[in-house]
Amino acid sequence: MISFSNVYKRYPNGFDALKNIDFTIKLGEMVFITGHSGAGKSTLLRLIAAIERPTIGDIIVNNKNVGMLKRRAIPFLRRNLGMVFQDQKILFDRSVFDNVLLPLQICGFDHRSATGRVRAALDKVGLLNREKAHPITLSGGERQRLCIARAVVNRPSILIADEPTANLDADYTKDIMNMFKSFHQVGVTILIAIPDTRLLGGSQQRILALNHGKLAT
Amino acid sequence: MNTWLSLHWHAFFLALRRLASTPYASLLNIIVIGVAFSLPTGVYILLENLQTFSGQTSGEPQLSLFLELDTDKATIAKIESRLKQHPQVANFQFISKDSALKQLKQGSGLTDVVDSLTQNPLPDAFIINAKSAAPEVLEQLRAEIQKWPKAEHVQLDSAWTKRLEALLKLGQLAVLILTALLSFALVVVTFNTIRLQILTKRDEIEVSKLIGATSGFIRRPFLYFGAIQGVAGGVIAWLIIAIVIHLINSELTNLVQLYAIDLHLYHLSFEDSISLLLFSSWLGWIGAWLSVASHLWQIEPK
Repeated sequence: MISFSNVYKRYPNGFDALKNIDFTIKLGEMVFITGHSGAGKSTLLRLIAAIERPTIGDIIVNNKNVGMLKRRAIPFLRRNLGMVFQDQKILFDRSVFDNVLLPLQICGFDHRSATGRVRAALDKVGLLNREKAHPITLSGGERQRLCIARAVVNRPSILIADEPTANLDADYTKDIMNMFKSFHQVGVTILIAIPDTRLLGGSQQRILALNHGKLAT
Repeated sequence: MNTWLSLHWHAFFLALRRLASTPYASLLNIIVIGVAFSLPTGVYILLENLQTFSGQTSGEPQLSLFLELDTDKATIAKIESRLKQHPQVANFQFISKDSALKQLKQGSGLTDVVDSLTQNPLPDAFIINAKSAAPEVLEQLRAEIQKWPKAEHVQLDSAWTKRLEALLKLGQLAVLILTALLSFALVVVTFNTIRLQILTKRDEIEVSKLIGATSGFIRRPFLYFGAIQGVAGGVIAWLIIAIVIHLINSELTNLVQLYAIDLHLYHLSFEDSISLLLFSSWLGWIGAWLSVASHLWQIEPK
């Protein structure tokens, strides 16, 4: 469960990224956040992962007030969140396999069970045959799938994706969206930021529309 | 427990991999640490060897009383009974001129010279162990015995061991100072290596933090790196000293043959070797820790 109540985010330069945000996402729900560039989509997602803290207001994720979390507790919050970043953040000094392995190493999995989980995650996104490949040799769509594999390998209860289909053509976009839907079907709470509702292809989904930092109702 | 173990294995292997990924830089670092460390360790070993050498001669409060050459048996007996009754004398041993000559023949390898003597040039002597080790008491005793009839010369044998001990203490101070300075150098070398590493691993650190790495998880490989580098430096120092000792000992055998004395250098004992490695790894760890503490917080995910 994710709930925002009365959340404001003001940056040090005086810019108000989010104003009076109020919403609740129930367990297992799939929600899209839309809005123009600069509307505050990324800021909203970053608040959930405690990459940034709200100026005012409460953000509850899995029954914990994220804004009040101690620094030491933040890593454990993030382990329950799968995140697909806008700038991907793939590590190019290691193979596809090792990129997906990293979250499990962080949690202290032993090598054997970690290997099984990495293969399962790569299989889900259709990259199993590229596990030894270097990320630099992957296409744009494959890189995005790698990011998704890394986000889900830890079997998080919440999956957050920031414009996961940016720079992808229509086929790849559909592909990626279907992947998220299949995670949704197995009960994962999913929150995806997209620039534009046309990407949804007409399917009926809950949408949070942001406009200059405010939620449109 | 299992999780804890695999987290540490992971950090340990990551540190080894990072060490191996820049073999030349790592090797040079390790050699620098080794050379720096071999200096205080070398001086320490020299002192240890001197100490075992001086330990063979008694450090106890001992006086040698040499009698005049023409002392007769009656006087010797009189001195013996006086020594027995003296409150400051713990025990004593009489060495006649004949047995002294025999000892000289056996002990010094000067058999030919001794044999060529027409008469025994050595005096009768008493070796006296005093009850007290206090320098004033010993000096008083020496002065008193000196005044006895037929006493040619009374010598405080502990004097030169004392001087040697004072010298050794000075040496130990030098070792301490050298160790402190070069330990500082080791910490600085590690600090800088880790600083560079943190800069090159920026992306990895940032991503790890974003996907839930604790600061311990990020810190650990760097700490292991520092410790491993320290241990390797310690091993190099140990090897350098082993080689030097081998060279010196092979030179010493010539000397030993010339002077008929048993003299060769020993390497660090097992315990001392372990302490050396532990100490150098600890210093590496400290250097890494300082570096991590002062640089890691600057990398926050954006």
